[in-house]
Amino acid sequence: MSTVAIHNGRVIDPALSRDGIADVVIVDGRVARVGPNEGEMVVEADRIDATGLIVTPGFVDLQVHLREPGAEHQETIASGTKAAARGGFTTICAMPGTDPPIDSRAAVESVLREAEASAAIRVLPLGCISANRAGELLAPAGELAGAGVVALTDDGQAVADPNLMRHAMQYSTRFGLPIAQHPEDPALVAGGQMHEGWVATRLGLRGRPASGEATMVARDIALAELTGAHLHVCDVSTAGSVALIRAARERGVHITASATPHHLTLTHERVAFAESSYEQIQYDSSAKVFPPLREESDITEIAKALRDGVVDAITTDHTPVSSMEKDIEFDLAIPGISGLETAFGLSMRLVERQQVDLATLIERFTIGPVRAWALDRQPGLEGLGSLTPGGVGDLLVIDPAVEWTVDPENFSSLGRNTPLAGETLTGQVIATIFDGQLAYKNKSLTAL
Amino acid sequence: MTAKANLDIHAIPEEGTTSSHLPSGRWPHHDMLDLDNCRRPDIEVVLTLADRMREILDRRIPRVPALRGYTIVNLFYEPSTRTRVSFELAGKVLGADIISVSTNTSSVVKGESLIDTVRTLRAMRSDAVVMRHPMAGAPYLAAQHTDASIINAGDGAHAHPTQALLDLYTMHRSIGDIAGKKIVMVGDIAHSRVARSDLWGLTTMGAHVVVCGPPTLLALGMRVSDRPSHAENALPPVTIETNIDQAIEDADVVMALRLQSERQEGGLLPSLHEYATHYQVTAERLARAKPDHLLMHPGPKNEGIEIAADVAGGSHSIIEDQVTNGVAVRMALLYLLSGRIEPEEVTELST
Repeated sequence: MSTVAIHNGRVIDPALSRDGIADVVIVDGRVARVGPNEGEMVVEADRIDATGLIVTPGFVDLQVHLREPGAEHQETIASGTKAAARGGFTTICAMPGTDPPIDSRAAVESVLREAEASAAIRVLPLGCISANRAGELLAPAGELAGAGVVALTDDGQAVADPNLMRHAMQYSTRFGLPIAQHPEDPALVAGGQMHEGWVATRLGLRGRPASGEATMVARDIALAELTGAHLHVCDVSTAGSVALIRAARERGVHITASATPHHLTLTHERVAFAESSYEQIQYDSSAKVFPPLREESDITEIAKALRDGVVDAITTDHTPVSSMEKDIEFDLAIPGISGLETAFGLSMRLVERQQVDLATLIERFTIGPVRAWALDRQPGLEGLGSLTPGGVGDLLVIDPAVEWTVDPENFSSLGRNTPLAGETLTGQVIATIFDGQLAYKNKSLTAL
Repeated sequence: MTAKANLDIHAIPEEGTTSSHLPSGRWPHHDMLDLDNCRRPDIEVVLTLADRMREILDRRIPRVPALRGYTIVNLFYEPSTRTRVSFELAGKVLGADIISVSTNTSSVVKGESLIDTVRTLRAMRSDAVVMRHPMAGAPYLAAQHTDASIINAGDGAHAHPTQALLDLYTMHRSIGDIAGKKIVMVGDIAHSRVARSDLWGLTTMGAHVVVCGPPTLLALGMRVSDRPSHAENALPPVTIETNIDQAIEDADVVMALRLQSERQEGGLLPSLHEYATHYQVTAERLARAKPDHLLMHPGPKNEGIEIAADVAGGSHSIIEDQVTNGVAVRMALLYLLSGRIEPEEVTELST
């Protein structure tokens, strides 16, 4: 029998509306007790002193690119889940845009097998909407659901054909799978390298208009209304799509949404300007990401939507890319940000700016994504995203005040592609307990 | 990121930023990537030096040894005749060794990285690399990874600073100071690297610039009202006009830009005929400009599309001067970037 006791931390568990000093006891991978002095009652345990620190349920990320199989030079299931544990994630959903794509039982099983062998935390596979992710024919949703996928998505390639999307949605209702869509119309953003606006004009780069997102979101909402399917909008990046999602929710459409820490905090100016001076430009491909970083007015609206719950979850869209694929001409650089290890620190800027309170932020990392996709109804995942007694024994110890400098060379992820290199973030996960075991611990963690 | 990671090497020192001439002996640029970080005195030095170069170029035997032993590589990832030849001639008149390499982006895609290429050229002791590339920003990437001088000879739709300098020089020779003059650029502003660099150069020199084109070919964010207040100065201050007749009214200089036929294929224009009907620079339209106006074009021209043949070869046209001046301006630029110019000479040129 293995027992872990976390003493005297400020337990923030939004699912149960708990926020107060307590001990948490985990026995054999399940939460046993949460409450003041509960740790003292346990005779024999591995003990962690969380005095002055925060204890939360493990984070859940609905959107992570693990790159295995097919692009193991960018990331593997082992390295990606290690990075996830370091960032505080105990459950991640693996995007299906691998090579080959995850569009069959065999492909799902290969991911699950590799995860079983090498993952530091829990991996839930996602499946493709279309066969071979080609946007032409439906992938076998029933077979994928049976193999264990928790949602369908064509990854960074939005389903362009409205008929295919309609049918995918209709068909998915039989298996209760959310349809998650990258929200950019491929035709409107074709060839675009960054947000369309004055910065793109300054750099002479082709833009991806904000309307390229709004049109896709509007179409998908109409199709979700038509079919009754569950639409999930990934990577919400514009004020326009926030307004559409908000209105659709109010009408009762089954729609959920997520936004990334970078779309919540960084703007398109990041691509071109290192300092606040506009005299010297740069082409910083580490800030190249699709959907692109947008404008101040967009990030303000997304933050409001996060606060209101119109955006259910923060997801990283972690996209590791090798330097060989990033430190090249901007047009050729592969889009994406390696985000698992900076997600919490970067998101804490929302708390610093008083756009979201700490408990709400943690909600969007924990029970928010779980409820969005009803992940706690999956077998064995009871209590996911909370510290419910009897539920999964995943939790974090967080130091919300520690300042640290982002050094990509120190990442566990193979992807060092971040626009935050050298920046100071406040707040860091210092211990990650997954299934009752220590999956990551920072040097500053003190055992009792 | 290596030596020039923070790009400080391009930065202009605080001293001299407000004075009308350069601090003694320093032309503060190691690379020529665009004119967005060139101040008025920096540009004036180029224009004055170009006058001397033009005099050398017009000699019976145009050869001086100023850059003997200086090695320049023309690295062209995109086909070009005029710009490449112009740089070759400029280097040769000054006695430099100049080599032209033509390649294409398929070799880039195959994995011959730009960073490797510029490092290799430096290892072979190249002093300057003149680079043309179909992708915006490529020369900036190159400049971060070599201490050879990088000269941008056109990067995607971003910048073409030596074209802008030769445009400025051509105007300077014809009408002197362009401060307060009305200069109108007509055509495909959105995709034109020439327009982008010209806008920086012209506005820095105090001109009133009007850009004119169909709405599908105007770049977003150029209106000050399209930018947040903190970014007011992040693009050159220009007036935007979609009606060519209004744009040309009282112009001192009219510049027609080349229209690429792919704009029509890309669905941005109904037809070339429609474009010509609404945006061709014609004698009738030029009648609205000042009586002594000048007509320019960066070349190569599509006569009958963006510019009428009769005006292109007419008395107001200084299009051929632009070509000759291009060599002189590039000579001046190469000489300045080489660092071989005497400090006293820079001081003298700038006063």
